[in-house]
Amino acid sequence: MWTFLHKLSSPPYFYDLAAKMIPWFAATGVLLIGYGTVAGLFFAPPDYQQKDAFRIIYVHVPAAYISMMAYVVMAVSAGIGLIWRMKLAHAVAAGAAPLGAWFTFLALVTGSIWGRPMWGTWWEWGDPRLTSELILLFLYFGYMALRAAIDDTTRADRASAVLALVGAVNVPIIHFSVEWWSSLHQGPTLVRAGGPAIEPVMLWPLLAMILGFMLLFTALLLGRVRTEVLFRERRSRWVRKLVYPEETA
Amino acid sequence: MSGPDPKLPGLLDGLAAVVRRDLHLAWRRPGDVLNPLFFFAIVSTLFPLAVGPDAEQLALNGPGVLWVAALLAALLSLNSLFLNDYEDGSLEQLLLSPQPLPLLALAKSIAHWLVSGLPLVLVSPMVAMSFQMPPRSTAVTMLTLMLGTVSLSLLGSIGAGLTVGLNRGTALLSLLVLPLAMPILIFGARTVSLAAAGDATSAGVYFLGAYCMLALTLAPFATAAALRISNE
Amino acid sequence: MGFLSMGGYGPYVWTAYALTFGVVIICVAQGRRRHRRVWNDLRSRLQVDTERSK
Repeated sequence: MWTFLHKLSSPPYFYDLAAKMIPWFAATGVLLIGYGTVAGLFFAPPDYQQKDAFRIIYVHVPAAYISMMAYVVMAVSAGIGLIWRMKLAHAVAAGAAPLGAWFTFLALVTGSIWGRPMWGTWWEWGDPRLTSELILLFLYFGYMALRAAIDDTTRADRASAVLALVGAVNVPIIHFSVEWWSSLHQGPTLVRAGGPAIEPVMLWPLLAMILGFMLLFTALLLGRVRTEVLFRERRSRWVRKLVYPEETA
Repeated sequence: MSGPDPKLPGLLDGLAAVVRRDLHLAWRRPGDVLNPLFFFAIVSTLFPLAVGPDAEQLALNGPGVLWVAALLAALLSLNSLFLNDYEDGSLEQLLLSPQPLPLLALAKSIAHWLVSGLPLVLVSPMVAMSFQMPPRSTAVTMLTLMLGTVSLSLLGSIGAGLTVGLNRGTALLSLLVLPLAMPILIFGARTVSLAAAGDATSAGVYFLGAYCMLALTLAPFATAAALRISNE
Repeated sequence: MGFLSMGGYGPYVWTAYALTFGVVIICVAQGRRRHRRVWNDLRSRLQVDTERSK
């Protein structure tokens, strides 16, 4: 196990391993998303209160979960990179940020679309979850802006790592905001004491979508990290051999 | 001999020395103190000019505008927190000091608050009055602003530490600090509104107090880490 | 079931789904484009270096 982890921190090993893993993650993810979409749109019965509009849950909730998961991945890998000075960890953090920002945007927009028919408004400034999710988007922007502003890769890695860790306090706030404050958002449906508060026939497509998007996110992330690694290691021998094999040493 | 040598500088001495130095420097450069204050005053004046003199409307939106103006004024003064020290090399000296860096970072934040946040708090009753806000909200306004500006000085020093010496650092600094400052703004403005209406304000004050405590205990460490990273 | 109309909520539901799949496709395309760009940049740079050293 430790040998594996040690090997993993070697860039060329990671580069090859990730290439092999991406198709598996992507294919499984797509299959799960396919099942979830079809089942969610056609086989799940309409909700008692929300009728067919509730089907937005099958894209909104996965997007929201991924937006938070991406930040956790970003913060944890940034922390690992900061403490143990692993370049690969910093590459993971760098790759996770734009993906996380996209999914946060998606969560906000699909939530807004869902909110219009359900709550009568595209946005509600007083709502704690909407606000903290918006803050999450700005945290991602700040992270990417800081990275872009610093030329030296090492300083950029370490500075953005500090930022990512400081902002991490926002993630539990997003999740618990609906419990701590009064909100338009309903309380937690899945992760709560007493088990999920949703019908099984509606639940399975949702779980499939969440898992499917997680796998797809992982595939996307691995791809981005590969590109990061390729760029960061551009002067090394293994990259030179890989990209331009005609050059005889 | 038992116990630490009383002739060597202790932690509190280090803290006091940095605070004293910063206050001294600020005294010599009154602009550093006055500019954000003037900014605060001017922005607060723009609001009634734009919205019109209707007393009820002013009083309704007053808390929000007051808080946004305070936030912007605080951001304005953050950029120079470490910049001058960075440019003349004294920041490096701070990093080399045997005193723990988080303590010195805390000292910088305290000095920054004394110079930028505290004047804001003291001036706020006048601004509140100009917004036709009822006198019963003055105490809460000052209290929440105090807690909020302290938190801002602490959080802002993290951002200042991360961006010291960068081109276009000011805009970036604002982008980094604002997401963290949003909860302060939300609760601060909301609580002052409640006070103006005569409702209970303890919840908001507790939240701001908790946020302030969190910042007080954690921010100096983040600032210290940021300073080390920016000066390698 | 009103496939397209979704009980009257059609525009909302379909827009949400379209946006989701759109964003995913953008992410995939963006990732691949970036990889290709880095690869090609590197390759041409190495080519130039080898030409120069000949």
